[in-house]
Amino acid sequence: MVAEIGQFTLIIALCLAIAQSTIPLIGAYRNNLSWMSVGRTAASGQFLFLFISFICLTYCFVTNDFSVLYVANNSNTKLPVYYQISAVWGAHEGSLLLWVLALAAWGFAVSIFSRALPADMIARVLAVMGMIGIGFILFTLLTSNPFERLFPAAIEGRDLNPLLQDPGLVIHPPMLYMGYVGFSVAFAFAIAALLSGKMDSAWVRWSRPWASIAWVFLTIGIGLGSWWAYHELGWGGWWFWDPVENASFMPWLVGTALIHSLAVTEKRSTFKSWTILLSIMAFSLSLLGTFLVRSGVLVSVHSFASDPARGLYILIFLAIVVGSSLTLYAWRANQFTSGGRFDLISKETMLLINNVLLVVAMITILVGTLYPLFLDALGLPKLSVGPPYFSAVFVPLMLPLVILMGIGPIAKWRRVPVKELFGKLKVLLLLGVALGIILPLAIYRDTTVMTAVGIAAAAWAILTALYAVLRLVIKRDSSTSFAKACSKIPRAMIGMVTAHVGIGIFILGVVFTSSFSDQKETSAKFGEEIELAGYTFVLESVSGVQGPNYQAMRGSVNVTKQGSPVAMLYPEKRVYTVQTNPMTEPGIQTGVFRDLYVSLGEPLNENEWGFRIYYRPFIQWVWIGTLLMALGGLLGAMDKRYRTLAKAEKKATNSNPVTQTTSA
Amino acid sequence: MNKALIFIFMLFLSLLSVSNAQIISVSPEYQERYDHLLHELRCLVCQNQTVAESPADLSNDLRVEVKEMLERGATDQEILDFMSDRYGDFVLYNPPVKPRTYLLWIGPFLLLIGGVIFALMLVKRRSNNVVDNELNENEKRRLKGLLDEDDKEK
Repeated sequence: MVAEIGQFTLIIALCLAIAQSTIPLIGAYRNNLSWMSVGRTAASGQFLFLFISFICLTYCFVTNDFSVLYVANNSNTKLPVYYQISAVWGAHEGSLLLWVLALAAWGFAVSIFSRALPADMIARVLAVMGMIGIGFILFTLLTSNPFERLFPAAIEGRDLNPLLQDPGLVIHPPMLYMGYVGFSVAFAFAIAALLSGKMDSAWVRWSRPWASIAWVFLTIGIGLGSWWAYHELGWGGWWFWDPVENASFMPWLVGTALIHSLAVTEKRSTFKSWTILLSIMAFSLSLLGTFLVRSGVLVSVHSFASDPARGLYILIFLAIVVGSSLTLYAWRANQFTSGGRFDLISKETMLLINNVLLVVAMITILVGTLYPLFLDALGLPKLSVGPPYFSAVFVPLMLPLVILMGIGPIAKWRRVPVKELFGKLKVLLLLGVALGIILPLAIYRDTTVMTAVGIAAAAWAILTALYAVLRLVIKRDSSTSFAKACSKIPRAMIGMVTAHVGIGIFILGVVFTSSFSDQKETSAKFGEEIELAGYTFVLESVSGVQGPNYQAMRGSVNVTKQGSPVAMLYPEKRVYTVQTNPMTEPGIQTGVFRDLYVSLGEPLNENEWGFRIYYRPFIQWVWIGTLLMALGGLLGAMDKRYRTLAKAEKKATNSNPVTQTTSA
Repeated sequence: MNKALIFIFMLFLSLLSVSNAQIISVSPEYQERYDHLLHELRCLVCQNQTVAESPADLSNDLRVEVKEMLERGATDQEILDFMSDRYGDFVLYNPPVKPRTYLLWIGPFLLLIGGVIFALMLVKRRSNNVVDNELNENEKRRLKGLLDEDDKEK
């Protein structure tokens, strides 16, 4: 019964999406206000019914309703309840439902927070989001219905893929999807601008925070994915340049370009058509990512749900979305005049180069990811494009970007004399280079040119970001107090600086961990001392442990440093009762400057086990940096000037009691 | 009790004929090169894993092969060449530079050059631009008026 309600509400949501995508658009065309306002109502309704649908599926999981095929395939009575809930999006059908729910949530958010927008603009934006909604709800209903019944019902479920039974995977997909789908808002704004021919400063101010928030979700989503890979795959790695990772990284790169390009469009009213193109690209890449992951054309360690038959649907949908939006772009984009004048050495040029580098990096990853497919399609011998290639190509592209990142925030719009820039930055430049040379030598008594360059880049990024904000305080008038000067710094500025410092910290983590990691694969007798990076590891014993839905052998590893205790680690080897593939659960001691990471191999005899030890310096900095980037994006989106818009919107709401009740 | 459990566990694994990454001890002088080489090689029967990480039997064989070649004094390149001769380029994570990978290797840099030229052309056009979209005096005064009004309302 509940499954039928879920399916029924999904169909209602489809009907509302159809209404949302047509009526407001016609209203905007004919200038009919009541038709335009249908968009908001439909968006709220679509979200409500999809939410009910999602709750129904969750209910089926929690109550172990194995007469639902999807539940029977991905759950089990023994599965802990928090994994029963996350199993809702553990495979294809449910993750699509989550995807459409996220899309509807964004539509709902737009309908609530954009009341101050001109009615025709909001009507067009919601209509475009409705069209995307139709595409994906239809996809769910036609090819991947999560509510399909199984008759006769299964007695026991086949359990969730053990790899997905991890806290990181509980929140990773929702975050990632919110990011992916979030770019649909920027996309819808772009299409609305193309349709109406209006792209004024109000447009930019409205679409910019949406793009930033989507970018924040995507950043957190990717960060969580890599954190999961580190904790669950048991190899001490955090990024594999895997096709599925690349699929999420490409929209991130373009999204990064987009939020920078939006800054230029807002401040200088230029780069308009380029901003539109980036908005289209960011969302198209999100769709491409969905296609690559869901269609099964790629093989990957992350791809748990794929079906070639479904690929065709997404491919056609992708072709329609990209094809029609690019056609519209080619037809209408030239109407946006952007005549702002600027010189070679100016903030505009630097942001332009930033965009060029990010887009080139994205295309590089795109080509690298798809190249094996092309060769395969041409009937040429198979080929692998893996981490060595991506590192070799990606790093040289990112280095100039980081250098520019230090100069850009300090440079002035329109024109800035080279002398002035150099005068301000030469001390920081020298300091950065010095730190790059000294830090690795001081900490590890070892370095290479690449390490020094990487650390110098990180130091440069952090120093220049701090300088960009501190100079506002240092160079205050003598009449303003320190506290007042601090409070006067715009939040967007603080956000930018936070994100840039985050990138510096991220680079520090990447460079240190890739330069000075150490590992050992060995066999360990109980009580045998194994040395790595100054630590002594002793596998003391291995004992059996009974988990809720698995059996495990748990090792006890005593870690000491020069005789004094450091940690007890408990790596496990698990065999899940239903899906019997063995899983490695590493034991990790996290520290600010290094992680100690052990994982258990297989028994060699009664008191000797295969044993892997990893020493990972500064690895947590990778995720700390990612978090700071996300925080920076969030701060930027919460800048005062967007809140003044929110205030205006409130006023509009108060004067209209009917709309107020719907938002409550 | 404990030993019995371990025994059952091992039996379980062997009954399932589940393959496991075997630990292969390499003498310290080769360790670094060994680790590096295993990360350059792709497991041929897995989804997308390096030989270093893969638990498949074939990867175990490849690890032994790499170890033995290292001990026989082969260079890294010789080992990689041997692997790609035997299994094709698919086994190499670092695609070799060949006519059919030219686009892959040169593409990004051509793109970068193209992008920078495009950007510079744009900059040149814009820096010669006499029409500026800065607000004129009238507009500035109007904007200030609007902002002041906004402040008063606070």
